[in-house]
Amino acid sequence: MKILIVGGGTGGTILANSLSRRLGREIRAGKIELTLLSASDRHMYQPGLLYVAFGQMTADELYRDEASLLEPEVDFHVDPVEKFVLDENHVVTKSGKTYHYDILIIATGSRVVPAEVPGLAEGAETFYTEEGAVRLHKRLTEFQGGTVAMVVSIPHKCPVAPVEAMFMLHDFFNARGIRDKVTLRYQYPTNRVHATSNVASWAKPEFDKAGIEYETLFNLKSVDPVKQIVYSEEGTEVKYDLLIAVPPHRGMEIVEQNQLTQSGWIPTDRFKLTMNGRDNVYVIGDATNIPVSKTGSAAHFESEVVTANIVARIKTGTVSPVRAYDGKVYCFIEAGFDRATYNAFDYVNLPPLKPPSKSIHWFKMAYNQMYWTSVRGLL
Amino acid sequence: MPENKIIDACNTFCPGPLMELITYMKQAHVGDTLELLSTDEGSAADVPEWIHKVGHEVVSNENVDGIWHITVRKIK
Repeated sequence: MKILIVGGGTGGTILANSLSRRLGREIRAGKIELTLLSASDRHMYQPGLLYVAFGQMTADELYRDEASLLEPEVDFHVDPVEKFVLDENHVVTKSGKTYHYDILIIATGSRVVPAEVPGLAEGAETFYTEEGAVRLHKRLTEFQGGTVAMVVSIPHKCPVAPVEAMFMLHDFFNARGIRDKVTLRYQYPTNRVHATSNVASWAKPEFDKAGIEYETLFNLKSVDPVKQIVYSEEGTEVKYDLLIAVPPHRGMEIVEQNQLTQSGWIPTDRFKLTMNGRDNVYVIGDATNIPVSKTGSAAHFESEVVTANIVARIKTGTVSPVRAYDGKVYCFIEAGFDRATYNAFDYVNLPPLKPPSKSIHWFKMAYNQMYWTSVRGLL
Repeated sequence: MPENKIIDACNTFCPGPLMELITYMKQAHVGDTLELLSTDEGSAADVPEWIHKVGHEVVSNENVDGIWHITVRKIK
């Protein structure tokens, strides 16, 4: 039996380690081969980019060698897949090797595509890439006053990040003693300040308290970097001195080139996490089209479900899923530099947020380090 | 040839039905219709508000057995 995981991000790595722990004996006995293919030998803790933008972490802290995170039974190769031949149960990699599988898991993630919005790459800063977060930090430390505008493209990963960034901007400029010289403006695509109603209900009065201005139903159309104006599909515009953007996202080029996607994402059963029409192909994390947040948290919970179902297939011969993904997501939400709350929900339950506290903030700070335990499949 | 796409956003909170619709609207062609299925009561008002503001068309908006079926057409 050959299990092949494509993608060494949060979902792929947790899944590889979880399967290795559950199937270690079978792997050592040569009954199962567990292979992970990744495009990179490094693993990035992506939520840390927000802290890099505010000077609370440095970019080098966000990385570990992927091999150091994996159980020894995982056969790991840095050799990106170039061809998915699903009808014949194999993939072909950049090095020219062919990897056959009985079960395939696609965990290829997503990428930012700022080029989809005219003027965005030239006119806006972002904290969604390492280079962008480092540059944004420099811009923030040099900023002397004026309007800082946040615009949000969709779809995008980490849906609460723009809200967190606004509260952190408020505290950042307060700490610098120039908050009174800075207008903070937040533009958001839906009718409320956040797509998820519990976050919106909490964030709106908090924005009011912090003096953060907001405009809803603002869908990013284009940016004029010379005039420093950002335009919406709805016909409104905002003049800025510093523009921070959440760029639009798409699935990785390789899954699009192999025609596995619709509108950039792989059609996936929201409960079974199998690719539509393919019972031996699972899809987890950002790559799916399921209607749930694109977050490491979702990828983590999805990997637990897929682990259980693959182990059941192997150990008991159960083809029907023994676990269904219930849409579970858990996201910390920084409410500034020293307090935080969290959003824990699934497909049918959306409880109100707890009031922000210092203890949740410090738990998030601890999680920034505990992630490396989590991704090893231990937490 | 205009296409008709169904977006099943039932039982989903994040990114939510309107966000799903906006995402697919960006990729649709002028003349295409999108039918949003939503169990969120708010969608019945939220979706038409955005559609009118951005300048597209609401074709129909009805609740069938607890599910909102909101059909819109891309105009521009």
